[in-house]
Amino acid sequence: MSPALTGRKLVTIVCEAELETLLLPELARQGAHGYTLTEARGQGARGVRDGAWRASSNIRIEVLCDEGVAERLVEMLQARFYADYGIVVFVIDVEVLRPGKF
Amino acid sequence: MQFEPVILFFLLGLSAGLLRSDLKIPGVVYEALSIFLLLAIGLKGGVELARHDVLDLALPALVVVSVAMLIPLACFPVLLRVGRLPRADAASIAAHYGSVSVVTFAVASSFLASRSVAADGYMTVFLALLELPALLVGVFLARRGQGQVSWGTLLHEVLAGKSIILLAGGLLIGWLAGPEGIRPLDRVFFDLFKGMLAFFLLEMGLVAAGRLADLRRAGPFLVVFAVVAPVCAGLLGIVTASLLGFSVGNAVLLATLYASASYIAAPAAMRIAVPEANPALSIGASLGITFPFNLIAGIPLYHWLAFRLNGVLT
Repeated sequence: MSPALTGRKLVTIVCEAELETLLLPELARQGAHGYTLTEARGQGARGVRDGAWRASSNIRIEVLCDEGVAERLVEMLQARFYADYGIVVFVIDVEVLRPGKF
Repeated sequence: MQFEPVILFFLLGLSAGLLRSDLKIPGVVYEALSIFLLLAIGLKGGVELARHDVLDLALPALVVVSVAMLIPLACFPVLLRVGRLPRADAASIAAHYGSVSVVTFAVASSFLASRSVAADGYMTVFLALLELPALLVGVFLARRGQGQVSWGTLLHEVLAGKSIILLAGGLLIGWLAGPEGIRPLDRVFFDLFKGMLAFFLLEMGLVAAGRLADLRRAGPFLVVFAVVAPVCAGLLGIVTASLLGFSVGNAVLLATLYASASYIAAPAAMRIAVPEANPALSIGASLGITFPFNLIAGIPLYHWLAFRLNGVLT
């Protein structure tokens, strides 16, 4: 018997590392119960982000949450950060165990 | 021309970066080196400070900080009118040039030491004091009359940032412990200092090489600004030092502080307080041009000027 999986959203934010202090408090404010943060490198519209020092470092934040929180997060991120910062956000459907955690 | 060996490490990093070498200093090593350098510079200043009466520094500190705030105020209209840069960019670049570079200061100190020019360790106090004021001026210039500033977030970002914590913390520890108390740590913090600085400069060379591409897009104005602004600020430093009766060594250090442009605290603060400013412009100018300029030509120039002007103004 497969364990009981429940549908949730996975919001992934890839952005410049400088945003960490501004962004993390917002996640909780929008109702996210937690997040996972990893350092990231890559290339995009703002050139190569090689992580050699803080000004060229990226982070990747993943938030597991329900649909309502995911929508609020995306709206908040778009309104507050899209104009001025290097940021990419995408949302995918996932299945989780222990849905109460997210 | 005799180069400081540490500068040759910078040039090695710069060359490796320009040659697209696969040489890379891992980010954690960069972080560890910068923590070591900040703490060591703070400790060194603190130990020297223990030999002086701290209150004697209050008046010079007030003058040094007040004059330093003129630098972003003078840079801003030039960037705005002559450079025709957007207001946010002009303010952000002005803030970078008003603030200071710790590593440029460290190289100037080692330049003086290798030429047996005496300078006082308490100059590190000015280094710690000069980081923040220009950033506040820059944010004020960017926001004057429009938009909101979360001053609390900005102050926290800078004052609780690692450079102020480690510099001020090192100063305090060195001051409290005194030369005798710090002696057991000498090997780690003072004897290894130059080697660590060499490593750090190798990394800065690599990073600076990456920033030069940004400047190609910025155009010639910013390149000229990035050389002329430090020379003018350096001269202001020498004049101020002379009026305060500083020794030649201290004058060179003050000139270097005024001439240097921040590339660690300022980018982080401006990203938060003036996000619409393009960091490629300010970091490209401060790290791509001004930092190497000061290392290679600026510091010897301020040294020469300080000797020439010594005693002329007072």
